[in-house]
Amino acid sequence: MAKKMAIIASKGTLDGAYPPFLLASTAAALGFEAKIFFTFYGLQLLNKELNLKVSPLGNPAMPMPVTVPSIIQVLPGLEWFATWMMKRKLKKKGVASVEELREICIESGVELIACQMTVDLFDFKHENFVDGISSGGAATFLEFASEADITLYI
Amino acid sequence: MSEFDVEIDSSGLNCPLPVLKARKALADMAAGQKLHLIATDRGANKDIPAFCKMTGNPLVDSSEADGKLHFIIEKGDANG
Repeated sequence: MAKKMAIIASKGTLDGAYPPFLLASTAAALGFEAKIFFTFYGLQLLNKELNLKVSPLGNPAMPMPVTVPSIIQVLPGLEWFATWMMKRKLKKKGVASVEELREICIESGVELIACQMTVDLFDFKHENFVDGISSGGAATFLEFASEADITLYI
Repeated sequence: MSEFDVEIDSSGLNCPLPVLKARKALADMAAGQKLHLIATDRGANKDIPAFCKMTGNPLVDSSEADGKLHFIIEKGDANG
């Protein structure tokens, strides 16, 4: 029987988007049945148009070309610059884009589940999500996770 | 380097793309056919053997030449 992996994706930043899509697409390639449950800010990863960002603010471990004090990081444009820099670096190093990994997940049968409670909480619309997203709640996730070989909260 | 039927060059691509490309190529191959995968991702040294072990596609040969990793993977019977 196929191994199973259950992931909760709770982050909606560019760096937070990688682990769930990367691990699920690889798991599918390894023959796993994989499901990702998107909740809170992780729901942003389901939008048709992704506009994910990364910020050095509150993230002191993020490598920057020059040290930028927190007081400066709040200035307009700093987040844009950090995101631009990260995307450029990802591309240069031959890392797949989030869109690409998400597409591979969908193609390879990874089930993407939107947490209905947080969809309602934030007034998100299912029509803004990519096609093929199912929805569910805590019991939906736990039922699958109870049989999963690997369960991750990201 | 052994004989092969299909070649995929994943040079310049990083984790997990070499594995994903190998998986995609193997899906279209018949059991017993061999895939030659070329990679520059250093992690592939560990990832490709792990992928082969988990998917039942035997790793026939692996080598390194001119800074590139070469893998010969035989398509097993177990997966589609």
